Amino acid sequence: MREINVDIITNVVEKLCIDSNYYLPHDVKEALQDAVAKEESPLGKDILLDILKNQEIARSKHVPICQDTGLAVIFLELGQEVRLVGGDLNEAINEGVRRGYKNGYLRKSCVEVPFSSRKNTGDNTPAIIHTTIVKGDKVKIIMAPKGGGSENMSALAMLKPSDGVEGIKKFVRDTVDKAGSNPCPPIIVGIGIGGTIEKTTLIAKRALLRTIGEHNPNPEVSKLEKELLEEINNLGIGPQGFGGRMTALAVHVETFPAHIASMPVAVNIQCHAARHREAVI
Amino acid sequence: MIKSINTPLTDDIVEDLNVGDRVLLNGIIYTGRDAAHKRLVEIINKGEELPVDLKGQIIYYVGPCPAKPGWIIGSAGPTTSGRMDVYTNTLLDKGLKGMIGKGQRREDVVDSMMKNKAVYFAAIGGAGALLAEAVKEAQIIAFPELGPEAIYKLKVENFPVTVAIDTKGRDLYKTGRDKYKR
Repeated sequence: MREINVDIITNVVEKLCIDSNYYLPHDVKEALQDAVAKEESPLGKDILLDILKNQEIARSKHVPICQDTGLAVIFLELGQEVRLVGGDLNEAINEGVRRGYKNGYLRKSCVEVPFSSRKNTGDNTPAIIHTTIVKGDKVKIIMAPKGGGSENMSALAMLKPSDGVEGIKKFVRDTVDKAGSNPCPPIIVGIGIGGTIEKTTLIAKRALLRTIGEHNPNPEVSKLEKELLEEINNLGIGPQGFGGRMTALAVHVETFPAHIASMPVAVNIQCHAARHREAVI
Repeated sequence: MIKSINTPLTDDIVEDLNVGDRVLLNGIIYTGRDAAHKRLVEIINKGEELPVDLKGQIIYYVGPCPAKPGWIIGSAGPTTSGRMDVYTNTLLDKGLKGMIGKGQRREDVVDSMMKNKAVYFAAIGGAGALLAEAVKEAQIIAFPELGPEAIYKLKVENFPVTVAIDTKGRDLYKTGRDKYKR
């Protein structure tokens, strides 16, 4: 067994919180540059250029890309040959978030009792932690801050198996169309199909972390991704919803086997500030 | 063409703005988002005095990041305006002349904007670092206990926005989408 002190995890999470919010991943930057070339609306082109300028300012001056530095969504892949020592794992992660959001001058956007007090927890904890146990003796941590504007426009449907691929496409198109300008297009659309209610939303979120330009290895799913991207970009929403061609930079679909009676579909929308960063210990 | 205008706004200034115009704002604007709006409307409903006279003013829907040392304000891009719709008409009736946010507004808000001759500007959602650079002074003037949701008085220079809904009720979120829909 390899021993890892949870203090190391705290330190790594702190740095990931800060770096993910300051530095946009390169694949997203490149997708935005491609979008400038493809955009037909002159205003849309201007907006995309300002978005690129913004991430450059954030990168060079080490400040948050967006003021909505999100809830801290953390995917933890824990090697089964690792033994964690020195304290409580979840508390170590939350301590990392606490320090990252304080020391990185990030906005604290988490409130208690959502239907009543809505009092700010003051340190952006608790993090949303998804842990899976995997082979090996490493710990992989992915930090994906998620803003409220795009999360609010996400949706889930328990479709019937007979709804078929057309039913899925209609639900996705309707969700993006209804979202319109709100989730800060150009967006990335993460779609989960199958599993149970929680599984489908989780794979939809995980789909958002895939590198732009990579497609699902299953050719049928990859075909669906391409068709959906085209259909979404025909909606005309465009950058910031001002009208244009580039409503989405990418559509990522993940599937999971489902119950014989079910076809759950989750659409998780991600704004253009598609922030995520990972580290392996 | 990019128009440069100064705050506070007057009827003449806002009536000269057309949907889709790119505008650089200069002068004082106030911040306010969900919690601050709720409080402002509660104050109005109780008949008490507002912490700021809204006549001719602009409210920017933003909850900025904390300022880093040496910075005036942290990243400060717009939040989704639709959540403020339920409070907006009351503020427009108190003389509010402009709003900065992102995203569509409700029909009754557009009607109230036409009646009160007000304009809705969109700033780029997610461009918090770029927009923070246009803020030259920032001071909390009400509800400091709300943290990022407190009302700040901001002095801005060449703050870049786009006219999303003008005083004639023309709406870029509709006209733009119709133009590019296939």
